[in-house]
Formats: sequence, structure tokens, C-alpha cells
Amino acid sequence: MRYLPHTPEDIASMLAVAGVGSLEELFGSIPADCRRTAELQLPQPLTEWELRDHLKELSRRMAVDPEYTLFLGAGSYDHHIPAAIPYLLSRSEFVTSYTPYQPEMSQGTLQAIYEYQTLTARLLGIEVANASLYDGASALAEGLLMAIRITRRNRVAVSKSIHPFFRQVVRTYFKPTGYELSEIPYDATGRTDIAALEPMEDLAAIAVQTPNFFGCIEDLKIFAERAREKQALLVAAFTEPLAFGLYKNPGSQGADIVCGEGQSLGLPRSFGGPALGMLASRMKYVRSMPGRLVGKATDQNGKDGFVLTLSTREQHIRREKATSNICTNNSLCALNAAMFMATLGGTGMRKLARLNYDTSEYLKKALCRTGFQTVFAGPTFNEFVVKAPEGFSSTYERLLSQKIVAGLALEPFYPELRNHFLMCATETRTRREIDRLIEEVSA
Amino acid sequence: MNEPMGTTGLILNEPLLWEKGKKGRIGYSLLRSDIEKSAIDKTLLGEGPDFPDLSEIDVVRHYTRLSQWNFGVDTGMYPLGSCTMKYNPKVHEKLAGLIGFANAHPLLPAQLVQGALQLMSELQDFLAEITGLDAVSLQPAAGAQGELAGMLMLVAYHNSQGRPRSKILVPDTAHGTNPASAALCGYRPIPVSSNDQGILSPGQISELMDDDTAGIMITNPNTLGLFEENIKAIAQIVHAKGGQVYCDGANLNAVMGMVHMGDLGVDVMHLNLHKTFSTPHGGGGPGSGPVCVKSHLAPFLPIPRIVKTAVGYDLSDDFPDTIGKLHAFWGNFGVMLKAYCYILSMGPEFLKKASQLAVLNANYVKESLRGVFHLAYDKPCMHECVFSDKLQKNQGITTLDIAKRLMDYGFHPPTIYFPLVVSGAFMIEPTETESLENINEFINACKSIASEAIDNPEILKQAPVRCKLKRLDEATAARRPCLSD
Repeated sequence: MRYLPHTPEDIASMLAVAGVGSLEELFGSIPADCRRTAELQLPQPLTEWELRDHLKELSRRMAVDPEYTLFLGAGSYDHHIPAAIPYLLSRSEFVTSYTPYQPEMSQGTLQAIYEYQTLTARLLGIEVANASLYDGASALAEGLLMAIRITRRNRVAVSKSIHPFFRQVVRTYFKPTGYELSEIPYDATGRTDIAALEPMEDLAAIAVQTPNFFGCIEDLKIFAERAREKQALLVAAFTEPLAFGLYKNPGSQGADIVCGEGQSLGLPRSFGGPALGMLASRMKYVRSMPGRLVGKATDQNGKDGFVLTLSTREQHIRREKATSNICTNNSLCALNAAMFMATLGGTGMRKLARLNYDTSEYLKKALCRTGFQTVFAGPTFNEFVVKAPEGFSSTYERLLSQKIVAGLALEPFYPELRNHFLMCATETRTRREIDRLIEEVSA
Repeated sequence: MNEPMGTTGLILNEPLLWEKGKKGRIGYSLLRSDIEKSAIDKTLLGEGPDFPDLSEIDVVRHYTRLSQWNFGVDTGMYPLGSCTMKYNPKVHEKLAGLIGFANAHPLLPAQLVQGALQLMSELQDFLAEITGLDAVSLQPAAGAQGELAGMLMLVAYHNSQGRPRSKILVPDTAHGTNPASAALCGYRPIPVSSNDQGILSPGQISELMDDDTAGIMITNPNTLGLFEENIKAIAQIVHAKGGQVYCDGANLNAVMGMVHMGDLGVDVMHLNLHKTFSTPHGGGGPGSGPVCVKSHLAPFLPIPRIVKTAVGYDLSDDFPDTIGKLHAFWGNFGVMLKAYCYILSMGPEFLKKASQLAVLNANYVKESLRGVFHLAYDKPCMHECVFSDKLQKNQGITTLDIAKRLMDYGFHPPTIYFPLVVSGAFMIEPTETESLENINEFINACKSIASEAIDNPEILKQAPVRCKLKRLDEATAARRPCLSD
């Protein structure tokens, strides 16, 4: 077996040093009644080439670009990934290292994550970002728990236009804690209904996503004002950070904690994971923040470098009093996002965001000319909700057979939105593909 | 080669990203758009992020240089105890990049993603077989989230029995994640001391276990690298009081094919695919922390679960007792895929062999360094062994000095100052993928360092001298945190 370097002679000489007669005997400390008697029932080993053929066969039973044309976003977005990024990201010094516990041997990871923290803080318009969480859903759950710790209140209000899966994960995290979660409905514009917040008191946090699950841009500023009045924190969520290349970012509008999903920053969709949980906040809350943080330090010669820092918040020091149980995070995904942000630069980020906006607006207008109605009037980014003409569900199936995925049906998530679809077009959808969709739905 | 591994090469300096570049450069091939511009509400516009503008070669050199300041398993031996830094096969990276997987959208209808669902379903079956438990969810995104899933299931289970409980037993050898995960579920961790043999005694569990205690979190083999020999008796005591046995599977690499966790009385267990199943650690993730359970806990597993249908596979939420959802989608599929490939490449025989060789390597290190460093518990170990700085202390040399000096010899240091029960601990886990020659190099380096501790202790205090930087001042960094530019 090519991963196991031991020759029989090696094994014999090592057993002699260990003072036992056989490999089985090494396990003498395991009582006989704890030993497994039957061999593992698993497939016999495949060669590298058999494995490749098997995985290729499985991968062929997946509907992906370019064979399929997807108008599907909803928290997982298709963007072009420059070839330099996967190439650099596959450097094995990044891939095969672990959490940088020994800074002198990990300056590469540490500087890269420090840069990720800085780029993230600048993108979100807020002072400090951590070195990543698992995904947008756990980032929101951790962001809300953080607000509960800071305010010492037990109740949060979460907008119903936050990604339904994110809200489900928050409920899982909250279930054994006794913390209360109220949902804020959305209004006729598809945005969070601020009036509904009025009777909600003693809130630790008000959580709003922008662009929200319907693609609508929320006015975070008025929620920040309302949060101040109620002495609650504004937790701003997101699933599509590219939007902040164009629109105002959450920090500049008064968000206290910003958390969301970073997959769209150059990560492959990979069937939903691994992705990237991004979490950032105002500096004054940093000691309540979960997860790893990288900070600047100097060495004995006064040279600048980086270390993991403020670890007294973390589980390996504080155990049950830690700000979170997180240990392994999604470091390589954070590095991936940093590479993407560096590759685009400020100028590129702006242009790419604009291109995304124009593409989805083109799709929106074209659909509206063919019997679809936009339901929510406000501005959107990348995706939007349409009400389909009666009988569209059979068209949807016909389109699937023509390898077009015409958005996401919203009824399973919002029963009141029967026959409504969430449509997405990023820069990867060409005019020709959009025109073809329109032709097919009008046919 | 008679030269030591560690040497000094050309190290290039590299500034921070924003100290490079020039406004107007770009590293991205912006598309020519055939789509007309649409009007936009100007009151919503921001200024765009304050990022540096770089060309492609700026970015490529930047990250190439940063990577050269890092040390990974591909660079050399990385015996970080409890982390299982084994070799990561390269073919897995290529297969995870297959377009059908890398480009797969998670919300496609099930009939369009049968390949991924089949892979996940088979991986669940493999992990059930390897652990000896009945049902598996692949959803937790890392070990600590797997622990959380396990604890949430314990809460749900005790609620379903009509008797919520408030405490949980956590041994002093546990990872910090264990008490932190328990606390997230409102459980008060009750510390349990290991005995003079470094393992748990049934007597002590009997004293602590009561009907307000949800169960025990037990790491087996434990973080001293020792098999918890009394686990069956302990499980009986816990079960007799209505509790459940949670096993932290971080150290499964010692016992694949050797023990059947179900037969030991384990009710729920998480695994770390990035440890035992050879998926890369990525500088701190992404990982994957599947949770495996006995059948009586299966109704509580996270949703959605993969179900077999007449025509293939589907995802189902239809499990009314579930703890709910833990991941935005289905978990870290890209990591699962690599673990699946690893199991298929190894097969039953070589998985067992991997555990045997991991244990052989650790015992060989332990015997070879006997007398060089102080052995915390002098008995046969499993896949890792724990030493301390007790013999070096009188020269004023600490575990930290030894760890830093190992860098100069070209090795990543072991895990240091853990487990907490051993003062000045260092925990060596060579893993099965290190050859006898590599291990001998490491042992020779350790012996040289032990001699230096006597003859030239100053050189240990100065270490590392061959890295890009000398020791960093972590205390000041924490006192005056600078977390972004």
C-alpha cells in the first residue's frame, strides 16, 4: 500500500525495540472482551486508476455547468474562479499544515489569515473579522450567541427574509439554551417589516440579511436606529458578499456584528460545502467573539510577524467558559476568499459587482416581458422573486429535461409564496443563455 | 544523508498585500459584457471596498512566498499529538476538483445529484462499519460541531425520556472542546480525574454518576494515548443510571479494525475525517465531523438525512424527533469525498494495518526516547505517547524550548502543554505514514536536543534560529491586539 512505508524488516526491527512479538501484541492493553473479532466488512482496495474511474462515474451523475444552465442561487453562487487561485491554493504548505499553533513555522498561514481578516473588515465596513467559522448558518448562530453574551439578554428577533436554512440552524443551536427567537415578517416590498419590531422588547439582537433571501436590499440604517432605541445589537447577515462591491456595506450603516457566507468569494460550490463562515464586529466586542484571531506581534529581534491571539476566549484555555466550542475552522476557505479579493482588487470588485447587477436586471426585465411578475418592487442584487404564470411547474420540468434549471421554487420554504420562484443570474450567465431561457418559457 | 533535516535557505521577504500594487491594476479577467447597463438607485451605492489593486503576478508571487514560510506534512514530519497529521493523498485533491463535484449546486433536485448522494450514503455505511455503530450523519462541519451534535442528541434523548438532566461527566484528559460543547447545550461539566495509570476508574464513575447526569464524554484512546481499559464497566455504570456514553473519536486512528465501539457500550461518537481519514488540515480546516450513533439515538440525528428510494437516493427532513439542522446545506461534501476515496483506497486490510503501524510508530518513539525525556505514564501506548520536561527542568529547559529547538532540526514540534494532567507535557503522534528512517531522524534530533540541554542550554533558549522569525512575543500581542490593518 503506497501510503504505508513500512517494510517487513522495518516492522520486525521496530517490534523488537517496542518489546513485543507481533503487531497484534501491541494492542495488549485492550482487554480481550473489547477486541473486535470480525474483520471490517468494506470493499477491497481500489488502485488509483480504479478509484479515478469510479469517482468520474459518480461525478457524471451530477447536473453541473457547462452541460446544465442554472439560474439558481439561494445561498450558493456561481462565479468565475481565476485559474491562479486553485493553483495557489493547492500549495501543499498551505494544504497540509494545521492550525498555526507554532508561529515561527506558520508565518505563511498567519499572514494570509491576517490579510483575510483585514480584507473582510474592509469589505464589511467594520473593525474586526475573525479567522473564519464553518459556514454562513453557523456564523449567524454564533453571531446571535455573541450578542446574547454582550447584552446579557435572552431574546433575539430574526427576520423571516434571512435564508431559511440559516434560521433552521439558529433554532438548532438555541433549542437547549432557553433563548427565545422571534421572527420578524417581511412586508409587501420583500423587506423586513420594521413596524413588526415595535412590540418586541428586551432584545439582545435584531438580525437582518442584506441582500436578503429574496435578493432585496434591506435598509440596515433604520434597523440600526431601532436597535439603538431598544438597546439591542444589529446583527447583519449575508449570503452574497459581492453585493458590497456595489451597495453600502453593513458596517457603514451601523451593524454591530456582521456574519454570513463567503462561498461566492471564489470558492467552488462543492455541493454546499466546504464553504466559509465570515464573522466580524466592532472592536469593543472582540473579547466576546468566537473563533480564532490572528494578530500582529514582534519577534525577539523586533521583526514583525503574526500569531494566534486573544486565545483566552477559546475552548482550549477556557473550556466550558469559552465563547464557543469551535476549534478547527475553515482556514483554507478563508485563504481562498482572500486570494479572490486580492485578485479582484477594489476596482475589480466594483466592476464585477456591477456586471452581476446588470446581468440579473437583464434577466428580470426579460422575464417580466413573458408573463412573469416581479413581486417585490425594491432593488435587488443577483437574484429576485417572480410570480410565474399559471402552469409554470410543467414548464419547469420541461426545462429541466432541456438541462435548464429555472430558479428555485419558494413554496417549500414560504407556503404563502405558491408559484413564486427565486431566479438568479451572476456574471457567468451569458446573454445567449438568458435569451434561450426566455425563448423556452415563452414556447 | 548524514546532514540534519533542518538547514537555512533563501527566505524572501514579502510585504502585506496593501503595501503592494497600484490603483488601476487588476488580477482578474473581467468579462466583456454584451449586456446593457441597467439603472441603479444611487442612494444605495457604497464606495466599494478599500482593497489594493494587484496584477496577477503580484498575487501569484505573494502567495507563493507566503506558502514558503509554512511547514506542512508534505514538508516534513509533523508529529502534532491528537491531530493525526498523516500524509494526504494527492489523487483526492484531483478527484474533489472533478467538475461534477466542484460545480455542484446544493439545491438541485435530487434526481440531478445522484452521484453525490450515493457517495455520501456509502460513506455513512463505511463509517458505521468502522465504528460498529448503527447510523451516521455526515453533516457536522468539524469535530467540535460533531461533539455539539452528539450533545444535542443527548439533550433530545433525555427530554424524550421525560427526564431532562443538567450535568455531564468530563474526564480531565478531555480536549477543551468537550466541556465547551457540553456547555453550549446547558450541561454543567463535572470533572473526573484519571487514576495513577492515566485512565478512568469505574469506582470513581460510580460515585459521580447519578440520575441528573446525562452521561459521560470519554475519549478513547484518551489524550494520554492510553486505551480506556475499563470502558465496558464504565458504560454499564452510566447506562444503569439512565445515562449515555459519548465517545470523542479524535483518536480513532489507533483502533480501526481493532475495536467495535458499539460492543464497548458507546452510544454516540463523532469522527474527525481530517484526522483519521486523511483529508488535509488546510492550515486549520475545513474539517468534517460525522456523528455516529446506536439505533436508539438515530431518530435524533440532524436533518436532512439521506434515504434510499426505489430509484436511488433522496434527502429527507421527515424525522420528527430530529435535533434539527446544523449546516447551511449538507455538510462539508468536498471533505467527505476525500475520506470516501481514502477508505476505498485502503480497504479493510490496510485500514487496520494503518492503525497497527500508527501504534507501532508511537511505541517505537516511546521506547527510543525512554530516559531521554521523562515518560509521563510508563506503559504501552496506542498511537501517541506523552513525555514531559521533568528531566530537563533542572537545567532550566522547558517543553517550549525543546519544541522550538526541534524546528531548527527540521521537524514540526509535537503538541505541547497538553494534556493538562501532565505538567510540561509534549505529546508525540508520528502517524503510520512516517517511515522508520524519518522517525529515526526525529529520535536523533530529540536526543541531540536533550544533550544540548545539558551542554549548551543557551542554544535551546535562543531557538529557533533557522526560521524566518525568532520567538514571537505572544503576551504583548494579546495585551495590545492589532487584528487588522
